[in-house]
Amino acid sequence: MRITLTVNEAKRELEIEPGETLLELLRREGYKGVKKGCGSGDCGACAVLLDGRAVNSCLVLAAKADGRKVVTVEGLADDEGLHPVQQAFLEEGAIQCGYCTPGMVIAAVDLLTHNSSPSEAQIREGISGNLCRCTGYVKQIEAIKIAVERMGEGADD
Amino acid sequence: MIGAAVLRPDAIDKVRGEARFVDDLAFPGMLHAAVIRGTVPHAKICKLDLKSVSKHPRVICTLTANEIPGENVVHVIYDDQPALADEIVRYIGEPIALLAAEDRTSANQAVKLATINYEELPAVFDSLSALSPDAPTVAVPAATEKAPNLFNAMRIRKGDVAQGFAQADVIVEGEYHTGYQEHAYLETQGAIAVPELNGAMAIYGTMQCPFYVQAAVAKVLGLPLSKVRVIQTATGGAFGGKEDVPSLVACLAALLAWKARRSVKLVFDREEDILTTSKRHPSIVRYKSGAKADGTLTAIEVDFVYNAGAYQTLSPAVLWRGLMHAAGPYRIPHVKIDGRSVATNTVPCGAFRGFGSPQVIFAHESQMDRLAERLGIDRLEIRRRNALQIGDETATKQRLSESVGVLQTIEKAGRLAHWEERLRKVEAFNAASRDRRRGLGISSVMYGVGLGGKAPFLDKAGAYMKLEADGSIGIAVGTVEMGQGLTTALTQIASEALSVPFDRIHLAPVDSSRVPDSGPTVASRGTMMSGLAILDAAAKLKERIRTVAKDLHIPKNEIPSRLKEIAQAFFMRNLDPAVEGWAQGAPVDWDEETGLGNAYFVYAYATHIAQVEVDLTTGEASVEDFVAVHDSGRIVNHQLASGQVEGGIAQGLGFALMEDIPQEDGRLMTTGFTTYRIPTIRDIAADTKVAFVEALYSAGPFGAKGLGEVPLMASHTAVSRAVAHALGAAVNTYPLSPERVKGSVA
Ligand code: FES
Ligand code: FES
Repeated sequence: MRITLTVNEAKRELEIEPGETLLELLRREGYKGVKKGCGSGDCGACAVLLDGRAVNSCLVLAAKADGRKVVTVEGLADDEGLHPVQQAFLEEGAIQCGYCTPGMVIAAVDLLTHNSSPSEAQIREGISGNLCRCTGYVKQIEAIKIAVERMGEGADD
Repeated sequence: MIGAAVLRPDAIDKVRGEARFVDDLAFPGMLHAAVIRGTVPHAKICKLDLKSVSKHPRVICTLTANEIPGENVVHVIYDDQPALADEIVRYIGEPIALLAAEDRTSANQAVKLATINYEELPAVFDSLSALSPDAPTVAVPAATEKAPNLFNAMRIRKGDVAQGFAQADVIVEGEYHTGYQEHAYLETQGAIAVPELNGAMAIYGTMQCPFYVQAAVAKVLGLPLSKVRVIQTATGGAFGGKEDVPSLVACLAALLAWKARRSVKLVFDREEDILTTSKRHPSIVRYKSGAKADGTLTAIEVDFVYNAGAYQTLSPAVLWRGLMHAAGPYRIPHVKIDGRSVATNTVPCGAFRGFGSPQVIFAHESQMDRLAERLGIDRLEIRRRNALQIGDETATKQRLSESVGVLQTIEKAGRLAHWEERLRKVEAFNAASRDRRRGLGISSVMYGVGLGGKAPFLDKAGAYMKLEADGSIGIAVGTVEMGQGLTTALTQIASEALSVPFDRIHLAPVDSSRVPDSGPTVASRGTMMSGLAILDAAAKLKERIRTVAKDLHIPKNEIPSRLKEIAQAFFMRNLDPAVEGWAQGAPVDWDEETGLGNAYFVYAYATHIAQVEVDLTTGEASVEDFVAVHDSGRIVNHQLASGQVEGGIAQGLGFALMEDIPQEDGRLMTTGFTTYRIPTIRDIAADTKVAFVEALYSAGPFGAKGLGEVPLMASHTAVSRAVAHALGAAVNTYPLSPERVKGSVA
């Protein structure tokens, strides 16, 4: 079966296998930033934005992405530099082994695009589907708070 | 530069999604492997039929034990574990045969086409049954110290415990149980074996110990070590789980690559990983402690048993560290400790952050609280009174001559947590509340940095350092970045030593062909040992740079800013711009018979305080507040260090409250994160304070010791003791699941 979708703003026409998940399709197509931590929807490492909302791509059939817009972690930075969430993760030491990072960043971007001033409770809720075994989450919460501040400043301009 | 905040060089790729983990890599013509595994806990393999597997159109080859070109072992410590089970299978999930296919889906399908007939043998699953004299021998007989299933017994004898207990005003005894803890690194195990010219083999993989992998692959393929090259890929967490297991994974991939003469990738899925790879040893610890009326410890007697699983793998080393840490950071004149590791028909247990110490720490810290309670002494105070100080002797009679910060960690943690005030508040809260209760827990630990007296030959490290023609510096070391920030810390050390800016130095991922065997990246030794090797290399390189600078009439203080000019001169004059650095651990000595001696060259310390709230109706305990104070000598990078501590706190919290894998007749009852719950962001304390007291170590790089494992060791008992305090009940078994908590309230 052939599907058409947009991945990181590029239109792609792709042949998919029956039963193939969006995670498998994206990784096969070279979007290796999308990580598999479990394959069962429990860890969030495979999160991508599907029409602007974070989904666990291991639970989404590739066929379901037909006609839709996908953003992977590779699509977050632009020519000007990293996305504010990425920059804050980097500066705050929210990245250790980095395996959870792509999914965590995607979840945070989803949160911040839909809620420009989340409370700490909302931040926790927003990334509660993302497992990280290295950091203990403390610095990720800090990073997201800083990204919120910076994005707020940007919006005032 | 030491202590400065810098951006992690490895984090930029990671945050962009560009870091390459093993499953992100591919080689031309690469095949995908799958492992055919045993499905019974103990059996003779009567028939192994792979005909249908071979007939699968996408399968390229299969491989069984009798085709192995070298020795059928996975070399770790004692060579009892085969790469592929030959006649006998000893645990559910043990590899029996291999296949390689053109794609991963086919490889996984073809596994199901294998037919294996077994003649089942009697099996044992828990350590006490396995020790009983009439138990069937389930271990490889030559691997046991004593029939039927005792792998190892080790002991410490100091003073005379009978006398010590006679001097005691109170004696408390307890028995403590812990179960499996799974590493749950987010990236599963994986390796790619790539045949190279002239019969050589390269291994790319996620790992902590490239030189273990090199040795294991050479042995199983029958190759000289020089023909095996190991390259570490970005590693998605390890925590000890990638200490020994990657040797097995690499051996399996390498065997297929050797047979197929093509590159072969083997990556475990989550279920395969959690069911078949090492875990923290389930334990039973019996502990008797005696103290005088003022709280002074007089004696301890400890007997602990670890369930090692079917093969020894790292168990002797894990047991030894458990033995060395069973007394805690306290002065105790009379000590008797016995530890045993036992073979059962279960998955081999191995290294996990803390390495055999968390189990005994749960016991020693619980005992301290119980002594305090019996004597009416504050729990922080009893630790303060017994804390080791410079000049004191450890349980192994090692005299501590420097860098002992445990007392400062206790005092600082107490101050940061407002211990006494908080105790009063907790009591007031509990007096006013019916269904919810709060509790405070405190836990102090000591940790022997490096590998210690049982394996002193491993405490070495090399560094290769090169001045490039543009004045930048390339470095290669033999210990790995696995998320802990080693690359950053070592680059900072090099930058400080060479007076070269941080971003002009590049530290490459480990390639075993570039540096000598530098031992494993374990035991919180990476920063210290590779740091020392870098200092050694830097001293040599600086010497050469100075000589050339002198020749060019460049004054000493201008060397850093004119390094490019100097580097150019190296290049134009054909001078050697590369040096090797080397570090050896300070001497340790330890006596098997008595268990006494200088077990480790230095110790790190920590004290954690946790506040929990328990909902008595549901049994759920949640951590509200955490204070962690560490003495790891000089902190090279505070952000990295606090990140290590926060991560360790979370893992310890999981160990104490939620992580467990039930086992039924040798079968682990889980499939992955759906049933094996690890802490999420919801489980983390609202407030976590991390602080350091820096008791410098004169032989460490800029005074640094080690840190990585200590946070987990201290945190779980702070949490479990807080739960015990909240409940006012004994807490002797991990994890403190809601059911268990409710049970102890009822
Ligand atoms: S891989 Fe999709 S949620 Fe874990
Ligand atoms: S940084 Fe390793 S899992 Fe999150």
